[in-house]
Amino acid sequence: SSAFVLGPNCCSSVLQTFDKILIANRGEIACRVMKTCKKMGIKTVAVHSDVDSSAVHVKMADEAVCVGPAPTNKSYLNMDAILEAARQTGAQAVHPGYGFLSENKEFARRLAAHGVTFIGPDTHAIQAMGDKIESKLIAKKAKVNTIPGFDGVVKDAEEAVRIAGEIGYPVMIKASAGGGGKGMRIAWNDEETREGFRFSSQEAASSFGDDRLLIEKFIDNPRHIEIQVLADKHGNALWLNERECSIQRRNQKVVEEAPSTFLDPETRCAMGEQAVSLAKAVQYSSAGTVEFLVDSKKNFYFLEMNTRLQVEHPITECITGLDLVQQMIRVAKGYPLQHRQADIPINGWAIESRVYAEDPYKSFGLPSIGRLSQYQEPVNIPAVRVDSGIQEGSDISIYYDPMISKLVTYGSTRAEALQRMEEALDNYVIRGVTHNIPLLREIITHPRFVSGDISTKFLQEVYPEGFKGHQLSDSERWELLATAVALFVAAQLRSQRFLGNLRVSSSQQEQRRWELSVELEKGVHAVTVSRSGSTYAVDLDGKRVDVSSEWNLASALLPVTVNGTQRTVQCLSRSASGEIDLQYLGTSYKLRVLSKLAAALNKHMPEKVPEDTSSILRSPMPGSVVAVSVKAGDTVAEGQEICVIEAMKMQNSMTAAKTAKVKSVHCNAGDTVGEGDLLVELE
Amino acid sequence: MAALKVVRSGSRLLNGFQSLLNNPRKVTCGVAATVTKHPRWYCVSHLSVQERIERKRKAALSGGGQQRIEAQHRRGKLTARERVELLLDPDSFVEYDMFVEHRCSDFGMEADHNKYPGDSVVTGQGRINGRLVYVFSQDFTVFGGSLSGAHAQKICKIMDQAMMVGAPVIGLNDSGGARIQEGVESLAGYADIFLRNVMASGVIPQISLIMGPCAGGAVYSPALTDFTFMVKDTSYLFITGPDVVKSVTNEDVTQEELGGAKTHTAVSGVAHKAFENDIDALLNLREFFNFLPLSNKDSAPITECHDPSDRLVPGLDTVVPLETTKAYDMLDIIHGIADEREFFEIMPNYAKNIVVGFARMNGRTVGIVGNQPKVASGCLDINSSVKGARFVRFCDAFNIPIITFVDVPGFLPGTAQEYGGIIRHGAKLLFAFAEATVPKITVITRKAYGGAYDVMSSKHLRGDVNYAWPSAEVAVMGAKGAVQIIFRGKENQAEAEAEYVEKFANPFPAAVRGFVDDIIQPSMTRKRICRDLEVLASKKQANPWKKHANIPL
Repeated sequence: SSAFVLGPNCCSSVLQTFDKILIANRGEIACRVMKTCKKMGIKTVAVHSDVDSSAVHVKMADEAVCVGPAPTNKSYLNMDAILEAARQTGAQAVHPGYGFLSENKEFARRLAAHGVTFIGPDTHAIQAMGDKIESKLIAKKAKVNTIPGFDGVVKDAEEAVRIAGEIGYPVMIKASAGGGGKGMRIAWNDEETREGFRFSSQEAASSFGDDRLLIEKFIDNPRHIEIQVLADKHGNALWLNERECSIQRRNQKVVEEAPSTFLDPETRCAMGEQAVSLAKAVQYSSAGTVEFLVDSKKNFYFLEMNTRLQVEHPITECITGLDLVQQMIRVAKGYPLQHRQADIPINGWAIESRVYAEDPYKSFGLPSIGRLSQYQEPVNIPAVRVDSGIQEGSDISIYYDPMISKLVTYGSTRAEALQRMEEALDNYVIRGVTHNIPLLREIITHPRFVSGDISTKFLQEVYPEGFKGHQLSDSERWELLATAVALFVAAQLRSQRFLGNLRVSSSQQEQRRWELSVELEKGVHAVTVSRSGSTYAVDLDGKRVDVSSEWNLASALLPVTVNGTQRTVQCLSRSASGEIDLQYLGTSYKLRVLSKLAAALNKHMPEKVPEDTSSILRSPMPGSVVAVSVKAGDTVAEGQEICVIEAMKMQNSMTAAKTAKVKSVHCNAGDTVGEGDLLVELE
Repeated sequence: MAALKVVRSGSRLLNGFQSLLNNPRKVTCGVAATVTKHPRWYCVSHLSVQERIERKRKAALSGGGQQRIEAQHRRGKLTARERVELLLDPDSFVEYDMFVEHRCSDFGMEADHNKYPGDSVVTGQGRINGRLVYVFSQDFTVFGGSLSGAHAQKICKIMDQAMMVGAPVIGLNDSGGARIQEGVESLAGYADIFLRNVMASGVIPQISLIMGPCAGGAVYSPALTDFTFMVKDTSYLFITGPDVVKSVTNEDVTQEELGGAKTHTAVSGVAHKAFENDIDALLNLREFFNFLPLSNKDSAPITECHDPSDRLVPGLDTVVPLETTKAYDMLDIIHGIADEREFFEIMPNYAKNIVVGFARMNGRTVGIVGNQPKVASGCLDINSSVKGARFVRFCDAFNIPIITFVDVPGFLPGTAQEYGGIIRHGAKLLFAFAEATVPKITVITRKAYGGAYDVMSSKHLRGDVNYAWPSAEVAVMGAKGAVQIIFRGKENQAEAEAEYVEKFANPFPAAVRGFVDDIIQPSMTRKRICRDLEVLASKKQANPWKKHANIPL
């Protein structure tokens, strides 16, 4: 666990590497790389787009160069500008982070031509592994298990259907050049294959400028387990154990852990050896990841190799004690590996939650944007590591990945790491954007996850109707209601405390007992509250719940003890008319506390009718309209595609909620739309 | 003047009498009690005085009777007494003039069944969070809340006492208008109230909450008070209703369009804020009341504060975009610096290019004024000047320090503004800031251009502490315009523009002259303001003796 908080010891040996490194990336990974550079005494150069001028990675760097406007293809993918920045600042090496140019062989080649070291594998390995078809051929040759039904380039939709038929459904379709889960679609029949082909080829063209596709057998109910490898330029390669990344939505990882609960030492070793053999087959150097699908019988199949630092690398650092960025820099300079395979330990357990600015109630997460009006990382909790590139006041914009941070917890056992994750999620303050903490907390406390019974289907299986937030048990409901009521009374009492001589009635005695009513999810409960010191005894539904706290009403975090159980709840908002929004067990709940009198009179208040939304299609997120498939007067069937919105490089198909005639269309292809903007009206 | 017709209720009295005979003990006090109608003709001398007191009290508590109370509830409105009870601390209400009855003897009004103890208004005093307040609450169930001589007299009585003891007056308006049966007596009553509104102005805070109709001359009492709030969908304010409008101007307009909450909070600027319903409004009024001092002799209240006064606000360092033409939300700054991010905005939907409202700094009430770059670039125009000026004058009258955030590109140009009298109206804001003697702290966040710079609580208008953020630009105008004038017809405009930007588009020209006291890091703003307010708490400054100033109205 020495690398847990990247300590100075990991870089203690004074090693001549580079004087100055340019980090061709943004956000958390740029900051992560700079941290190690600083520890190694290396000067850093940040590149940034104009909207990122005051971003954290820019402030952290010794120098910063603006490489273009906000769109990534004009800035972070702009090779000319980045090469010029390297030249101008005299950077001797470039660390590409992940995404952007990290697996772009052209970039690596051009850097080399300029005499700048690319911190990563050489172009040959990038090319070999970057192409999914070629990589499988190489893998087969290197005696690595590969997925059955592997085939070639796809010309059009009909060929896609034919290939799919040969392989047998289900099949997976994705861009050959794409990494990670982005652009990956699964088809169960011919129709879905055609649709998948269309989406994937569009995405391939827009994201990678390379519209080749790949179709292969889709392994049902698999686990996604990957092996971290580390190789040098002298033919040495190590495997640094596995990472279990099965918790995914839309093929994007959400929660990762190392090690995996599923692997036995033999399987781990077999996977590790195959990974190393693949790395050696392509003369790999630097850190890389070999992804496998593992079925229920512990058969494993090569998926792809990522020739870069992975997002989830910190959990490997936690259990092995290695600083992977430092290792990459050493290797890039030409040093041989310091370790032998036998030196690589598995110390304890590490879990990573990807905290995203997205709404988990919509398809397990649709992007959300906004300004982080309040932001506090739970770094005061021991054994918590937060890799982030944002701070209070930062904007989450439509231009980039909506990841807020990677929250990593470590423990000597998995249970300890999970316990800390729970605590860390409860103590994480994020305001101003919608975030996925409700989902993360549900995942890591779900009995199936806790027992290690997971697959890449986990979310669909556990939440077949979509994620609906935490479901309260009776005792949790009482706890929540009592906490809200106690908070209400504490706030009421404080609003009567005026300092100085302000003509406050002295004959009025401070109230000690309250009769109130609290409402949650349409259920109204009559409660009585009595106070002694900072403890409120709440009687509701015949139960007595004691709530105590310091009642610091300014703090975003409200630590309470409810019937002896300590919890951190967050008060998201409190209104004069008794509405209290609490984040409790990760999920936010809307409550309303009223005096008994106000509650009795509330029945006279007129119901305000909300807008009928069944015939209105609104944009669920900010983004741009890629295509509109209908025009006014068309008749659409329920579920038929109406338009496609692209946000954060993801294309989302908007479908009709009912069969109806299109009344009016309010968007055109190419428009930029905000969350909640009206797209199409049905009759 | 519009007024509701008085509905005769004689026929229903018999039913009430019968139920009283059936259940002589059923009558209970309190809001939710089953109320029984009293046969007033039965109250003859053989009843003891004690019994008559009891009966009158019970009658007063039941207002216009159960059926009208139910009708009031069906409209989504609470009764006058329910409202008072919700507004005030439990058991704190002390009622005055429960036995007052109207004195009209025309049109059959003298009949016993047309007399209601207390008449059509409930008055008295009570406490909000322990602090004294005088309240009147018009009772729509009695003659439609119409204003009789007695009704006016009751209101005047509490206003007079509020003035003497120095405590705010809150009026809960729900009245059809003048009591037509009383004629000139009713008009006199209005005028008596108007006069007291004027005398009390600047002495005690006066708040009006419109919770039903308020029409005709009646509207001028709320208009004279410091704050007018409304309830959405159930309250209306207009000089003449839709029928009269139709007959005079032939316009077709609904009550809601003519004088509903939306109209007055977004279009006319007559009302300062609207709330969802009666309960929401009254609970918010309690919260609002906590910001106000009891009178002009009391200092602004300080409540217990859990938010550290030296809290840094890192988010403010990135709030102003680097491009000077890009908008940002001034509310982000205000929420950032205020205690617990709490800001009670006044007129949030009107003249949105200026933001005004109350917040607390280290527990102490402050008034905040800020240009809003998000709307019309935060320029000053007629409506925003008037909105700002009235707010500043309220703060000055009631010892509330004023914090001003400046990002203003200037006054809005154009014929609409000039013909509308922007010169006269803009002068109001200038006047208000200049005459104010309360502590004044100003923060220039970005642009402070031209005359608008002077207006926005500048050092020259006796600003006590004026800060600039590093992004501040104090100049006569933006670079482009300036260069076009200075280098008219010359080449190298771009170069000249760059030179101008270098010279003026930064805080130094103002700082070297002492027009700003310091250039501060945005994240330090809260800490600095809290410290300044502590120092300025003992500020003493007086304007020259005058009968009153002559603000350009």
